[in-house]
Amino acid sequence: MTNAFIAVLLMALVTYLPRVLPFLLFRKEIKSPFIKSFLKYVPYSVLGVLTFPDIISSTGDYRTAIPGTLVALLLAYKEKSLVVVAIGAIVTAFLTGLLIP
Amino acid sequence: MSISNNTNTQFAYGFKRGLPIAFGYIPVSFTFGLMATSGGLPVWLTIFISLSNLTSAGQFAGTSLILAGAGYLEIILTTFLINIRYMLMSLSLSQKIEPGITLVQRLIFGFGITDETFSVASLESGRLSYPYLIGLITGPIAGWTMGTGFGAMISSALPEAIANAMGIALYGMFIAIILPPAKRLGPVFIVVLASIGINLVLLYLPLFSFISAGFRIIIATILGAGLGAYLFPIAQEESVEEHQ
Repeated sequence: MTNAFIAVLLMALVTYLPRVLPFLLFRKEIKSPFIKSFLKYVPYSVLGVLTFPDIISSTGDYRTAIPGTLVALLLAYKEKSLVVVAIGAIVTAFLTGLLIP
Repeated sequence: MSISNNTNTQFAYGFKRGLPIAFGYIPVSFTFGLMATSGGLPVWLTIFISLSNLTSAGQFAGTSLILAGAGYLEIILTTFLINIRYMLMSLSLSQKIEPGITLVQRLIFGFGITDETFSVASLESGRLSYPYLIGLITGPIAGWTMGTGFGAMISSALPEAIANAMGIALYGMFIAIILPPAKRLGPVFIVVLASIGINLVLLYLPLFSFISAGFRIIIATILGAGLGAYLFPIAQEESVEEHQ
């Protein structure tokens, strides 16, 4: 029988460990241009992968998620802040949801 | 950012940089609080999940497994796989922080590494100080925890239509982070497209259906960023932002 509190503590542990293991294992500066470039591209890569295609099912209905996604892309393209982009996507998904019978 | 700047200034600057993340977290964590308590978890435990895990995908997956009655090993493996990406991020950050930051300080600010705090920190110019990093993670920790609390307490009162629409918030934030640099810089644009392309192939080709969601994210990230590093290596001491 799984105890929810113990499960949460274990989740916290395996979330914390990846965050700090590299600090314990690698103390020297990395010189390789390949690895340095790789690490600089990682955030863009991982956020792209986390977003697409999952955003399409994020609202439970692709008919509200796709307009929300398009609005988010448009606002981000215009370099609006994180909050403005997020709220724009939420409002769009909500409003299109009202139009769907 | 230089070492000579005083601690308060650095903390205040970091805190300011973390505020948009904190506000961005509120709708997302609100949704999480809503989901977890409506699924049957007590309010205090739902808030404790956000405070102790401070992550989106990992705790969403772990919590849904708890609600589904899964075993410890399944919960640990799934959460760990989703969170392995933090190793890449802290490895990257370990190259960018001031070398004088002690191990204990690393163990403390490391708790606050998320996709968003990492993105903001890694796009700063110059070395990162410990007060800056603590300032940066303070707002997001508070926003993530408080948003969860609001959602957990309000869960029965909010109309379903609004709760559903809020599910897109996290992804909207991700788009807001990646699109502006991808628009300006060809290599970043190609890395993002390639990574997403690899992700779609792994997700939809039946040949790769044995790969779990967590591993899929890891593989697509490593291949996409690796391709970028191979095709468009960045010269030493040059940041992505300056790379044209």
